[in-house]
Formats: sequence, C-alpha cells, structure tokens
Amino acid sequence: MSATSTLRSSALQGVACPTPVVDHAKVLLGHGSGGKLSAQLLRDRFLPRFGNRYLEALGDGARVPVEGTEIVVSTDTFVVSPLEFPGGNIGHLAVHGTVNDLAMMGAVPRYLSAGFVLEEGLDMAVLDRVLDAMAETAAACGVEIVTGDTKVVDRGKADGLYVNTTGVGFLSEAFRPSPDLARPGDSILVSGPLGRHGMAIMAVREGLSFDADIESDTASLSPLVTSLRESVGEGVRCLRDATRGGLASALNEIASASGVGVELAGSVPVPPPVEAACEMLGLDPLYVANEGVMVAFVAPEAEARALAAMRAHPVGEHATKVGRVVPEHPGMVVLRTALGGTRVVDMLPGDQLPRIC
Amino acid sequence: MKYLSEYRDPDMARALVDRIRRSATRRWTLMEVCGGQTHTIVKQGIHEVLGEAVEMIHGPGCPVCVTPLEQIDRALHLAARPDVIFTSFGDMLRVPGSECDLLAIKARGGNVRVVYSPLDAVEIARKNPDKEVVFFAVGFETTAPANAMAVWRARELGVENFSVLVSHVTVPPAMVAILEDPENRVQGFLAAGHVCTIMGWEEYEPLAERYRVPIVVTGFEPLDILEGIWMAIRQLEDGRHEVENQYVRSVRREGNRSAQKLVTTVFELVDRGWRGIGTIPGSGLGLRSEFAPYDAERKFGLEGIRAEESRDCHAGEVLKGQLKPYECPAFGGLCTPERPLGAPMVSSEGACAAYYNFGRMKAGTVTAS
Repeated sequence: MSATSTLRSSALQGVACPTPVVDHAKVLLGHGSGGKLSAQLLRDRFLPRFGNRYLEALGDGARVPVEGTEIVVSTDTFVVSPLEFPGGNIGHLAVHGTVNDLAMMGAVPRYLSAGFVLEEGLDMAVLDRVLDAMAETAAACGVEIVTGDTKVVDRGKADGLYVNTTGVGFLSEAFRPSPDLARPGDSILVSGPLGRHGMAIMAVREGLSFDADIESDTASLSPLVTSLRESVGEGVRCLRDATRGGLASALNEIASASGVGVELAGSVPVPPPVEAACEMLGLDPLYVANEGVMVAFVAPEAEARALAAMRAHPVGEHATKVGRVVPEHPGMVVLRTALGGTRVVDMLPGDQLPRIC
Repeated sequence: MKYLSEYRDPDMARALVDRIRRSATRRWTLMEVCGGQTHTIVKQGIHEVLGEAVEMIHGPGCPVCVTPLEQIDRALHLAARPDVIFTSFGDMLRVPGSECDLLAIKARGGNVRVVYSPLDAVEIARKNPDKEVVFFAVGFETTAPANAMAVWRARELGVENFSVLVSHVTVPPAMVAILEDPENRVQGFLAAGHVCTIMGWEEYEPLAERYRVPIVVTGFEPLDILEGIWMAIRQLEDGRHEVENQYVRSVRREGNRSAQKLVTTVFELVDRGWRGIGTIPGSGLGLRSEFAPYDAERKFGLEGIRAEESRDCHAGEVLKGQLKPYECPAFGGLCTPERPLGAPMVSSEGACAAYYNFGRMKAGTVTAS
C-alpha cells in the first residue's frame, strides 16, 4: 500500500509546539498527515490485517510477480480543497501522484484506472476542467486511463469530488530502487525547491497573498527517473517523492527503512515566497507538501552523474545535494545548522499547526 | 528574504559566537524568556555552539506550554458543546488536557476552527448568530492587544454570541517567581522582544536593580539572540546589571502606548496558574467586570472544572533551571513527547522534548560505533 495522500490536511504542516501522540477512539485529521499518526494507523490497523511481503515493504507501490517478470502497482486517493488552485487542479494531482509513485519504484508508468466520487451539485464546468487536466497530463506522462468508475453522493457528503487513481508500471533491467537500500556514504539529492504545493493550497484557503504568487509544483517525475536509470542505474539506491509530510517525512522513512542516519548539511532550496509564507505562519518548509519534488539517495561516486541527469529536465533544473547518509544515529535525520549546531528533524505526530509564538 | 536573511548570516553568527566565547571568563547561566527564542536556539543549535561559555535555560515563555491544565479542560468542555464554535490559534489544538486534546474533540463532532486573528472569531460570531463563538485567548502581552481588540469590537458591534476563554499571562511576575526562588541559578535574562514591543522595558528596570541581574531585550533571529547573549555576558563580566535593548529595530523604552491602553481598558491583573509552576500572584490578565458578558468562564459557568497535574512531573524545577530534564524520574519513561506529563515535553522546543531528541541522537551514535 502506498502512503496515499490526504491533501486536504497536508498544507497545514510545520514545527508545532505540542506533540502528543496517543491512542484515539476516533479518526483524526492528523491520521492523514503523513506523520507519526499516519504511520501508527498503518502499523496498528492495516498491516496486521492485510500484511504480506509486498505490502510490508512499505514502498510507494508494490512490485509483484507476473509470469516470470515483475510489475509495479500503486494507488493513491486525492482529496483537496479547493479543487482548483494556482498551478493546477485535482486532476493534475491525480495523474502525477500515481505516476510519481510508480516512478519512485523504478517503473515506467503505463496504465491508470480512475475512480470518482462526485458530489451532487458539482458544476459540470469544474468536472470538465478536472477531466481535461487528467487527459492532458496522462498523455504528457505517456500513460493511458484504461478503466474507471463514478459514484455520486448527496450534496454535503463530499467536497466537490474525490479521485482515486491506481497505476501499473513496468520494470526494466536491474533497476530496483528501494527505501531500505541507503548505505553510509550515499549522497542525498533533492530535485527542486521545496514547499510550493502546500503553501499554494494554504495561501488560497486562508486568503493570504504575497508579492509573487505561489504555484503548486505538481509535475511528473518520471522523466527524471528515466534519466537516472539510464545514466546512473544501480547507483540509485532509493527514490521517494516528498509529498505530504514533506522532505522531512520522506527522509525519516528512508532512514528508518535502511537503518542508517541522515545528515542534512547546508541549506535546502526553498523559493523566497514559500519561505516568506512559512515565516509568517510559523511553518517549517521541511514538512510542507510537494507534488513534483523527489529525493534521491545515490552512491557517492554517482553523485555528479545523477545531478547532471536530473538537471537536464526543466522539473529538475534546480536539483541539488542536501546531505549524506551516515552510520551514526540510525533511523534519525539530523540537520547541521549553518552555525555548526545540530537539530533533530523528527517525523511530526500529525499536521503542522500554525504557531502562536 | 529582506529583513530576515540579514539576521541569519552564518559568518556574522560565527564571529559573534567567537566573541561570546572569548569574553566569558567563566560559565554563565542565562535564561531566554520567550518560546520563540527557544525555537530559534533549538532550530539553529545555538546552545551547542556556545560550548562552555554559556548555559541557556529555556524559560517559561511559551504560551502553549504554560496554559494550565484546568484551562485546557475548560476549552475541551466548551468545544464539545453542540451550540459552540470554538476558535483558537493553531498550536493550542494539540495540547493535551486531562483526557484528550481539541483535535480529538473535533473528530468527535466538536466545531473547532483555527483562526489567525481573534477578529476573525468575531466575524464568525456575526455570521453564525445561532451559535456561541468562543475564542481561546492565550498568550503573553504580545497577543493581549489583539485579543482585547476582539472583545472591544464585539461590544462595539453588539455581537452578543461572542466570548473569550482567557488564559493570558504576563512576563515580569514569572521572572520574579524565578528570581525569588532560593535555588535560582539564572544570572541574566534575554527578555522577549515582542512582549517588549508592546510593553517597553520600563517595568524591567526595577527587576534588574532589585535582583542585580542583567536583562537584555532581545529579538528572535540567530544574530539577535547571539548579540543578546553577548550583551548579557558583557554585563556579567563587567559586574553591571542593567536593562539593555538589543532589539532596537522594534522596541522603544515606553513600548506601544496605544496597545497598552487598549489592554488595560479591557483586561486587569489577576492571579494565574502556570502549567508546571503553579499559581503566580498577579501574573495573568482577566477581563474587567464591564466586559463580563464576554467572559466564557462566567457565561458558561466553568469555575467548577478543576484539574490536577501529574505528581510525577517536575516541570516547575526544569523551567526554573534547577533540574536538568534527564534528572527527572519520569523523563523518557513515564514521560515522552508521545505521552507528555508536563509542558516542557509537550512542546517540540520545550526543554524536555529537546533533550529527549538530542539524547536519542547521542544514544544512536554510541550504538553505531
């Protein structure tokens, strides 16, 4: 099962003051945050019931055997308010999200299914724009939407529309990046500037305006992965798109899965308007959702080739190294500050909440 | 970013760190009062780079952390009522009360909303005349003017379905409580820049004089904090005890008189409980009697809701710098960030949580090597 996204809450993320995680009798919004509560939900309720070796790998999708070869299957559900935002709409997310999850498993995305829950009263014009976005995005990504389903629910029972997409991708050669393959010495690369999607949604939702509009970064990462496969191949250890929970959560997941420490050094790339918005609201861009940024762990000798491969694409032109894998503090992400101090970049329990102080 | 990046320059910061380390002839113990300053110190790792020169004690200036359990329980009680829309700043939503937090109440059907300004809560009240809208008015002197303005505005507009659950606290009485403690170790303070933007620093002058303790009004960026530390150390080394202003770009000696006037019009000094510390006389703000109709405690009769804090928690001693977090018997066992007993473990920048994470990292190093 991929960590399916709950975009509704992913914009509300940052360094929050209070952080207790306890057992809950009801589902909280934080269970969809991509942080500790989400992991707890998966660990305590889903894995014990559905557990099998494919699911337990906890990748962005599953590699399953089919007649002597392997394919990758991944699914993701999209709920975002508002449905349309600067830089795209829920249709772009629905295609890019699943395409990216397949790509992170090393697969070439081929087929998608699309399931819709539509709310009574939704404007047909909005639906048309979402479907147009899906059709255009799918064509651009080289995938076909080959099956689907629609359901309509009473007005007030859904937020306009929800979409689920499931994708199938093919693997080639020996390219099998996996979250548990990071090794000390590996270089950690990020494909582009952080925080644009989460803050674009938040700015619209909260009616905030800035000097420059913040647009969602929704984009396909598949071309970057293709280039990495061709120029670096097995030197690519792990790939993960930094969606809900942001870069911090993606790095924590890999550190845990591989049993290694992650050390972030220097600065991570954050566009000035995103930084300004985060400063104003007391949020940390490391935890803000992205929809077109991935983190790649690569063997140290492959670093330069990997960066060149990513930078050859518009979506990766600002790719940069943000850190390295270390044998110390296994399972933890530690940031070396510009001053030479250290800071533990932990998983958040739930959503980032705007701070008072 | 203009007006921020200038105060984060790593080369200048390193130069200041050198200067601090060179000017300290012994190890000094300073307290940063404000949670925002603690946030910067922990986020930038400033406490580590100072080495032996300075020990920083994280003060009680995080409103989220010091809001007493009782007030949280009252908030939970109100938020659970079907006739109430409960509004709050975001980070109060995860503070644990005796049984749960506001997020859990929301999941059970409570109407809990995050607002960025208390005036938004007044607007919500105007748009929902059939509901009671309560705003959780927490914070220090910094948030008090805006919260006072909300009450003032509600009265001006005749919005009767709006009230505030007040848990305001003020800085100077907390500093006195720390200084009066026979086991006090704090030798100098970084006062909270934003609080002083409102209040100025006149009220700190008698404290500096009486307790012979340097107080430096300090900002929130890394260079602000390092410069504030350096100014405090220089006073200690010179044997001076004055109020100095590092945060000159924001703070004047008299503060913001019109904001102060608004606060004293709406609020009066009251005794207030601090989570982990207990009641400090005259340390809080409560609504004046003429604004009683906007007082949620009276409106909903909440006085009966009382709560006892855990006896296993030594947060008070930690907040006063008398106990290192790891010296508390509950630390890391009974009390963790996932299941906090007290405020400093609740907050991600609270002293206990900071030590907990740092300790995990060091333990990891030992295991791996």
